[in-house]
Amino acid sequence: MNEDYVLELEHIRKEYPGVVALKDVTLQLRRGEVLGLIGENGAGKSTLIKCCSGAVIPTSGKIRINGKEFDRMTPQLAAENGIAIIYQEFNNVGELSAAENLFLGRPIRKGIMIDRKTMEDEAAKAFDQLKIRINPRELVKNLSVGYQQMIEIAKAIQQNAQVLIMDEPSAPLTTNEVDNMFAVVELLRQKGVSIIYISHRLEEIFRLSDRIEVIRDGEYVDTLITPKATVDELIRMMVGREMTQKYPPRRDCIDHSKVVLELKDVCGNGDKNITMKIHAGEVLGLGGLVGAGRTELAEVIFGSRPKESGTILLNGKEINPRSPREAIDLGIALVPEDRKRHGALLTNSIKNNINMPIYERISKVSIIDSGTEKRTAEKYREEIQIKCPTINQLVKNLSGGNQQKVILGKWLAADSQLIIFDEPTRGIDVGAKYEIYKLINDLVESGRSVLMISSEMEELIGMSDRIIVLAEHEITGELQKEAFNADTVMAYASAVADKKEVPA
Amino acid sequence: MKTLNVKNIVKSNAIWFVFLAEVIIFAIASGGTFISANNIINIARQVSYYGIASIGMTFVILIAGIDLSIGSIITIVNVVCAYLMVNAGLNMWLAVAVSLILAMAIGILNGAMIASVGIPALIATFASQTIFEGVAYLISGGRPIAGYDSSFGIFGRWSLGPIPICAIIMIACFAIGSFILNKSFFGRYFYAIGGNEEAAELSGIRVNRIKYLIYALSGFFAGLAGIVLLSRSGSAQSTVGKGLEFDVITCVVLGGVSVNGGVGRMSGVVAGVLIIGSLTNGMILMDISDYTQMVVKGLVLAVAVGIDCMSKKRQIN
Repeated sequence: MNEDYVLELEHIRKEYPGVVALKDVTLQLRRGEVLGLIGENGAGKSTLIKCCSGAVIPTSGKIRINGKEFDRMTPQLAAENGIAIIYQEFNNVGELSAAENLFLGRPIRKGIMIDRKTMEDEAAKAFDQLKIRINPRELVKNLSVGYQQMIEIAKAIQQNAQVLIMDEPSAPLTTNEVDNMFAVVELLRQKGVSIIYISHRLEEIFRLSDRIEVIRDGEYVDTLITPKATVDELIRMMVGREMTQKYPPRRDCIDHSKVVLELKDVCGNGDKNITMKIHAGEVLGLGGLVGAGRTELAEVIFGSRPKESGTILLNGKEINPRSPREAIDLGIALVPEDRKRHGALLTNSIKNNINMPIYERISKVSIIDSGTEKRTAEKYREEIQIKCPTINQLVKNLSGGNQQKVILGKWLAADSQLIIFDEPTRGIDVGAKYEIYKLINDLVESGRSVLMISSEMEELIGMSDRIIVLAEHEITGELQKEAFNADTVMAYASAVADKKEVPA
Repeated sequence: MKTLNVKNIVKSNAIWFVFLAEVIIFAIASGGTFISANNIINIARQVSYYGIASIGMTFVILIAGIDLSIGSIITIVNVVCAYLMVNAGLNMWLAVAVSLILAMAIGILNGAMIASVGIPALIATFASQTIFEGVAYLISGGRPIAGYDSSFGIFGRWSLGPIPICAIIMIACFAIGSFILNKSFFGRYFYAIGGNEEAAELSGIRVNRIKYLIYALSGFFAGLAGIVLLSRSGSAQSTVGKGLEFDVITCVVLGGVSVNGGVGRMSGVVAGVLIIGSLTNGMILMDISDYTQMVVKGLVLAVAVGIDCMSKKRQIN
């Protein structure tokens, strides 16, 4: 036992019927440090922090907080002992003010009345301490995601949290908001708060943390001093094997003579005057800031949102898909950004997911040809290597990468020629990312076309043959492979704002 | 591993064990009357109409919807079918066909309100429940309609050997329902929509069309239930279907169809229907009052949904 440690988790094990989520994980958090916690999806990070919050009861192991030993936590015990968790989804009430949210569940009262004035003053003080500018009276629903997160953090500090656990805090934030959040984390560290910072983004871990703990497959791997660690080393520890390349090589397969999709002055779903071409065998990257209208464009092409004007040509023929069904039958597919909400049918089996777009094709008088159904699912399970015991497994029990593969399998089964990926590797761990990239390569090498929306600059540049950049719902630039450059993409992505300053 | 399998078998068939326990308790309590051939045939007759209606409701609840209008559909089918035969002198089969078309039309109207207008299913079907209960009164003037041909008894009174024809209709309907769920692509669509409507749409399912279909089917099965009930009762009352939707919902939910959608099997619903049917019958045999019966059925509904919700909670933890 060491006085320096605020929180110690010793040999934590968590078993579920049939699965061991955590085999043996040990974690030590020093006072006033930022500990980066990394591991692939399914490595057990979430389960581990849920053991700290009391949401999950460990099967065995010890939790020690300031030297006090516990077998398990409860939400109440965690709060009493100064442990707070900032989840990806916030516990804010949109219809209440920032101040009221800060004191949610324990309002300052005068008798039986709520003392709004004192609460607002206190909130202003709390926000001030963290150097965040929020009007305590503002309704939370009117605040940006970044500020909502700040309220969560302020709430934790207000409740005297000594240990702050942040689960992928940067995921929903814009670049500016991330910088603000970093500033707050820095401030908290100086105040002596200990922070466990979980993130997929290694550059954030490097920027913020003092030490980095790696876990893999529910087991503790190692803890490194941040300045001495390297990215390659961390990735190798997380994945458990050497990763030589981030982006797999692809042979030149673009057929410039064959334009698969052409948009002429397409308007709709907020987007204006979109004109572009995608060739057979090409990966066209779509860059831009969040909210630039990229997903909106994908929705128009996929028929889930109506086009207002302009022309869409597929293989030279004008098309006008008014529903995803029509787009699918034309050979267009969409792998959406929010996999769990829009992509996979989590409560259905792998087999059903893969066959979903083609059930009507493989049915006679509405009766499914179950042989074809099974063969199709098995075929794509093998072809794209979906890791699962059987094709009857429910998709919710798969890892993020495998879920993404199931969605892709579905579109391959539907014989799609143009596949739109919206953030293809969001929330997918490093090892699985590489596999997804390989699959994208396979797609274009077999003559299909890919439109890839990505907010990860490296991915956009690493995977695209050509990049088109959108800003405020308009195309602001196009880059050929030779001219790829992160700064140029960023410049185009914020081009509209610049244009406005220059009188035409 | 082996013990796990036994546990799984018990778990996935728990509902049948509940049914078995119930039968044994009533058999003992009634001194054997409950399991006499006569009483079993009685139960089969009694459950047939809401058994039939529960098939449509199963589809509806599978897509996380609800249909509160089926009680009124049963009523209006009773009144309209009797009116057509008695007051309009229509041929029996024609009257039945018209009534079933009407029932489906009400279902399609529900579908339109829910899918095209976007009214929540609870409110849309509650509205049509009220509307068509009123329409039934307007047609009948609140008086019972009786005096139709005795051959109409085929749907609810006659038997084929020892087996009541209405029970045969119910079994056939369950077979069709099970076939739709397991063998046709519609079944796959129902489960997909119930699991995640948005993702289903983006997988190429025309969700709105399926909703129309499902509420039309719910109307159809409720209509068929109405015909069976009319045949059994011998006169059409404009109160006959009142509150029946709750018995049907109880059967379906008890049968393991999750009110959150996406989960459930036809065999479970069969068990649910048998449990509620024999519970009602058993309590009548034992002279338990109507009001006590209501208390018991309400408790059964709460416990059934409660178990479903708790097992979901446990999964998360």
